Amino acid sequence: MSEILLVGEVNGGNLAEATAELIAHGKPLAESLTSSISVALLDQDSTSAAQEAISQGADKVYNIKDSLLGTYQTDAYLASLAKLIQEINPIAVLISKTEIGADIGARLAFRVDTGIVQDCIEVSVNSDNKIQANRPVFGGNCMATVVCESTPMMALIRPKTKEALEADTSRSGDVVDYNADLDESVIKNQVVERVEEVQEGIRLEDAARIVGGGRGMNGPEPFDNELKDLADTMGAAIGASRAAVDIGWVPYSYQIGLTGKKVAPDLYLLVGISGASQHMAGCSGSKNLVAINKDPDANIFRDARFGVVGDWEKVLPALTQQLKELM
Amino acid sequence: MSFNIVVLAKQVIDPEAPSASYRIDGSAGKLEVDSSQKIAPVINGFCENAIEAALQIKEAVGDATVSVISAGSDFVMDVMKKAVSMGSDEMYLLQDEKFSNLNDSSITAKLLATAIQKIGEYDLVLAGMQASDWDQAQVPLGIAEILGVPCVPIARKIEIKDGRAICERATDAGYETVSAPLPSVITVNNEFGQPRYPTLRNIMAAARKTPITWDAAELGLSDDDLSPRIKIVDLFIPEKQSQCEIIEGEDEEEMGRNLALKMREAKLI
Repeated sequence: MSEILLVGEVNGGNLAEATAELIAHGKPLAESLTSSISVALLDQDSTSAAQEAISQGADKVYNIKDSLLGTYQTDAYLASLAKLIQEINPIAVLISKTEIGADIGARLAFRVDTGIVQDCIEVSVNSDNKIQANRPVFGGNCMATVVCESTPMMALIRPKTKEALEADTSRSGDVVDYNADLDESVIKNQVVERVEEVQEGIRLEDAARIVGGGRGMNGPEPFDNELKDLADTMGAAIGASRAAVDIGWVPYSYQIGLTGKKVAPDLYLLVGISGASQHMAGCSGSKNLVAINKDPDANIFRDARFGVVGDWEKVLPALTQQLKELM
Repeated sequence: MSFNIVVLAKQVIDPEAPSASYRIDGSAGKLEVDSSQKIAPVINGFCENAIEAALQIKEAVGDATVSVISAGSDFVMDVMKKAVSMGSDEMYLLQDEKFSNLNDSSITAKLLATAIQKIGEYDLVLAGMQASDWDQAQVPLGIAEILGVPCVPIARKIEIKDGRAICERATDAGYETVSAPLPSVITVNNEFGQPRYPTLRNIMAAARKTPITWDAAELGLSDDDLSPRIKIVDLFIPEKQSQCEIIEGEDEEEMGRNLALKMREAKLI
């Protein structure tokens, strides 16, 4: 039986949520293509994650082992995955568009000499038994349906576009150790240091609530004052639009959007953000959008559930004060 | 010896163009702006960031050549000239009817990589992290694979030192410093500062420069080399229904307070 290979990730010893979602994306494809689901894990020590992958719906897990693996290093990950793909010759390869997935997806495709559909939000199998995917293009203004025309068929799938399946701990599957047997010469880049720029408070990607500021903030100060007060009151993380990052008010790590972070909080309150599709592409999974903008024609009012048309300098302090009384 | 920097630059539809101005041929996977709208194309934003980064590196290393390279079928020279008038030295245009609607990155990467090899010696290939039309973020990564050189995506700072590029690259948590041996391919984000405006002197210099153009035959590319690996079979504008409730109030302060009450009522907080 042919295999669909999923590139899995492990977080703190557990299967990453994005990988569980990826299995949910892969299952219907496997059914249509009469294939099985295999997950490759590159953590040195991921026995429990392998079982979790099986509970989530995987039929087989490749535990890729090599002394050069461990902490994520692009060259080592790429080399071992390319080796596994060339050896097992899967019909398709699916990758989550996480930080690691985005880093390796395209290069892996080129290395195994195939095409890859980037940033898919929906995947299916067409009548020719080819994988086809829908993906936002032109900054999210438009949707493209794209078909894989070469093998293995590869797709990079945006996280948070499908819920993981209910875990079934009674499922069983094969766990196979795979020695990548890498030569040290595959490592080209040296990671000199990794620095966490601690954004105070909650990580954007994990936040249940987010307050975002855009060009309408008119300067960097509100990010430390009015926006921060509001975020602190709500227990929210702070994000920004690309415009605010381009001008240099906040670092790139704050950027939400097509070219920044993808977030899906329960509540996203946007202040002075017009709602250009490039920004909305990063927050389309949000459950509730609330907008404060002085332009009544701003696009954001098409997407928001609640809106205030007004000047944030007047609206925010009153909103924050009222919230403090309510919470 | 001169330090050779190749920068990839792409002409794209102005990302500010409203979707109402789009003319879509779904089955051909083609999207254009209605010509009656008179909306000129632009150089992709991140590509301008890459040109800026290249010029900063040129200033830092002293003796350097910056060559801009672009592929397409229908260049608007007034737009593309900006890449040179910002301060680049050379421009190569890969132009052929066969290069129209380049939406399969494997083809784009192949022809750009072929051209880079044809240019000859290069120390650094710089590109924007993503283009605003097809949003695939993979052509430069593919070029690195084809050329078999190291790749550092999404850099926000680059220093050339002892035959290596020391890059700070943006990560979800902050940044990491990566040292890559040259030659290598590096993509940049928008943290290199505002792309510089062309000076009058550079505009005049650019006007005198003629870009070098190569077509598929001159690049030695056969139709087989240009066969697609992915294919767009449909393009459409998703429908959207607005159901925004605008919060009223006597003044903006009251609107703020009413918004808080409304969010509580809807159990958002």
